[in-house]
Formats: sequence, C-alpha cells, structure tokens
Amino acid sequence: MTTPRVEFLWWRECPSWERALADLRAAMAEAGLDPGSVELREIDTDALASREAFVGSPTIRIDGEDIQPPGDDEPAGLNCRVYLRRDGRVSPLPDPEDVREALARID
Amino acid sequence: MAVQIGDRAPGFELPATDGTRHSLDDGAEATLVYWTCNHCPYALAWHDRMVDLARDYADRGVRVIAVNSNDAETHPADSFEAMRERVEREGDWAHPYLHDESQEVARAWGAEKTPHLFVLDADLCLRYQGAPDADYEDPSEGAAWAREALDAVLEGREPERGETDPVGCTIKWKS
Repeated sequence: MTTPRVEFLWWRECPSWERALADLRAAMAEAGLDPGSVELREIDTDALASREAFVGSPTIRIDGEDIQPPGDDEPAGLNCRVYLRRDGRVSPLPDPEDVREALARID
Repeated sequence: MAVQIGDRAPGFELPATDGTRHSLDDGAEATLVYWTCNHCPYALAWHDRMVDLARDYADRGVRVIAVNSNDAETHPADSFEAMRERVEREGDWAHPYLHDESQEVARAWGAEKTPHLFVLDADLCLRYQGAPDADYEDPSEGAAWAREALDAVLEGREPERGETDPVGCTIKWKS
C-alpha cells in the first residue's frame, strides 16, 4: 500500500471537527496508516474557502478526493458541513464507515 | 443585551411558515423557544428530538416555537420561502416555524447558535437556556436537558441546569 495523502480541512466555528479528527485518526490506525500523518488545514476566511473549494467543516480528502464528494450545487464557504449517515440520520460528522471505506480504497 | 435567567423574555410577533403570526402571550404553562435553521447540521441532527418533545409536551400546557433568524442573503437555504418548502416537504412539524427576518428578536434574546433553546415559565421568565441535550450525535439523549427544564417549570421548581453552552452553527448575522 502506498502512503496516501490525507487532508483534514476544518473551520473553528463548527464544533464537530475535534470528534471528526479523532474518528479519522482512529480509522487510519485501524488501516495501518500513521494517524500523525494527516494534514490539518484550518480554513478561516471566505477567500481561502473559495480557493480550496471548501464546502464545509469538516472536509476529509484522501489523495485529493473528498470522502463524500459534494454536489455541484454546493457553494464553497465557511459553513458547517451536512453529512448523511448510513442509518439515514443527518450529522455534522461523516459516517465512520465511510471514512474506513475511503481509506480501504487506497491502492 | 441577552436575556438572563429570571428575566422576562422580550416579546415578539413573527410570521410562521403556515401564514399565521405568533407572539409569546398565549397563557401557556411553559414555553420553549428555540433558534434553528435549514442549513446547519447540528440543528438538523437535533430536529427530530425537538419535534418529539413538542408532541410529548403538547397536552401538558407547553408551547414550542422554532425561530430562524439567519441572513438569507448569505444563506439562501434559510429564506422564508425555503422554510415554507421544508415544512411542506417534511410535513411532521409539531410546532410553528417563525421567520425573524430583521434579526431583532435573536439580538434581543441573545440567541447565538442553531440550535439555541430558551425555556420560559408561565410568567414568560427565562428558566433555562442552552443546548437540547449533551450530544447532537446521540438521538437517545432525547433533548433530555430541555425536558428536565420543562418538567421543573411545570412542577414549579427551578431547573437543576439553568444554563448550558449552546452547541451548533453560529447565527448568520447580516453585515
């Protein structure tokens, strides 16, 4: 397995980022990856959000690909991101299974 | 100036998605006013718990009111039209959903987040403000803190928890 680039983009005003980061690191450890290798990038201006195509916090990208790719109509900006859990609930956190699955797709 | 525990809550009259207008003065035993919105995942995650609470307390003289004060210019998902469409689509709201377009009500109350709850007694004095419960991610929490506060008010007691930190998205203020 090659070492993937795991990026974690977050905005301070959405409180789920700490839990999301902990979940991501746990999933990386489970997958045999170094949890310390995740790149943390704080997004704190609209300009930066636009430049990074950041649709909300938290956003997790693995080798540049969003683990739950946003729709074309989702504008970039400083927002808290809406995730859909596998049981149908709306959440400020990605489903841990989606995170694990995205990590498992790495060649 | 935000309303403090023991203060009488500022009055308002706001339009609801169903075309009616609502104010505080209706003689309820207790009133729960909470700020919410369409776009925030925390508000959405807690929504079903708030609807369940409204249903569970409806026959105990409790009135529940939801208010959206977000700037629709920057967040079109929170426009009055989008609020109407959401209630029509979901069809299971057990309480009115009011639009505070000027944001004056949110400012007068000191609302900061979505969701942000305020529980009032029969005299419309504030007895609890903060989050619905301890965890947006756990539906089994069931808006326990709000229920505790309502139970206390209905029994003429002070809630054990007068204030908790509201957790959610910041209200989107007009610039």
